[in-house]
Amino acid sequence: MPEQDAAESAPQVVSSFLERRREQVAQRWADALLFRSVFTLSRDEAVEACKAVVDALSEVAVSGRLEDIDAPGFGTVREQLGRMAATRARAGSTPSQIADEVAGLRVPAMDLLRDEFTDPTSAQAQESVLALTVLLGTLRLVVMETALDANSELIERQRQQLLEVATPVIKLWESTVAVPLIGTLDSARSQVVMESLLEAIVDQRARYAILDITGVPTVDSLVAQHLMKTVAAARLMGAECIVSGIRPAIAQTIVQLGIDLGSVVTRASLADALAYALGRQGIEMTRSDTGASAR
Amino acid sequence: MNHPVPGQPVQVPVLALGDVLLVSLQGELHDGMAEQLQQDITSRISTSRVTGVVIDISGVDIVDSFLGRVLAEIASTARLLAARTVLAGMRPAVAITLVELGLTLPGLITALDVDRAMEVLSQGGS
Repeated sequence: MPEQDAAESAPQVVSSFLERRREQVAQRWADALLFRSVFTLSRDEAVEACKAVVDALSEVAVSGRLEDIDAPGFGTVREQLGRMAATRARAGSTPSQIADEVAGLRVPAMDLLRDEFTDPTSAQAQESVLALTVLLGTLRLVVMETALDANSELIERQRQQLLEVATPVIKLWESTVAVPLIGTLDSARSQVVMESLLEAIVDQRARYAILDITGVPTVDSLVAQHLMKTVAAARLMGAECIVSGIRPAIAQTIVQLGIDLGSVVTRASLADALAYALGRQGIEMTRSDTGASAR
Repeated sequence: MNHPVPGQPVQVPVLALGDVLLVSLQGELHDGMAEQLQQDITSRISTSRVTGVVIDISGVDIVDSFLGRVLAEIASTARLLAARTVLAGMRPAVAITLVELGLTLPGLITALDVDRAMEVLSQGGS
């Protein structure tokens, strides 16, 4: 089949073109927006980076895997361009902007390739241009994939930070600790809450632990189950748990869902829960008359 | 797993502190040891004036359903002989595992450590 012969030779043509014109392609790319915006300090550095990308593309072209984003040559590209794309993304560029910038590399390379052929309309020239287009299209895909990977890593890290930040255990009084729960309580978060609460019970030698759910928007049976588990675990550690901050709407939901919180001490507000905990420890508080005048 | 390993003690020491028995579990509890322990505690309660039993499990890494049952049985037996059992020193990781397994050990009194357990027993009531 003549078509297949042409398709086989086209990548070879592209590869040898990239090798021969490495310097010129790199010089032109260094002026492209993508490289210019990342290597703001030194143009030489940009040219070096461009050369690395050109070499990698040439390697991919030799292997003939123009459309394969897992081709070995793209490994270096991933490292180079991925880092650049991540830099751009952090600077506030949207994925489509980055994609456009990568697409901007196509035109200079295309012009140089066309100049290679005496007859730009010949079948071989057409095939080669097509092969280079495919190669750069794949490059764009690789860059996008790398940029998205970097983004999802960022999201994962932030999620982890959120888990740690959102669950402080506060010492309210001698041997009384409280956890103000804020946001939706899913399995992962309730696990973190449970762990940090139990650690705090050991560290503070707490007898009473208050779980304040004022900041929890909704309580469904799953959230209730997580609460019950935390209460049971605290009890096993020898501490009594009090659930406070139950808003009227949430109280109604709990009853309507038929969730049995009968074994758990509940109070309307954190203040009530603290009063209960203090009362159980025999601590009484009275208003002193001198307090107001002392100020 | 449930056979005594050579070199390991086959008996759990039961210490008497006034009218309280103190049992400190270390590592794994084998079938034979558990049975021996139950017998020891029961006979000690019936022969001397014991009003409370403190079981310290701070040296235990894993509490499975077997150990959970043994502890519950000791507590029920002691209650029949008018002594209260307090479980002390459970580690956070152990507590989480037990709750995830659904073993919340109802009917057992718990305390943070042996010190607190003695406090609970001396207060009586509740």
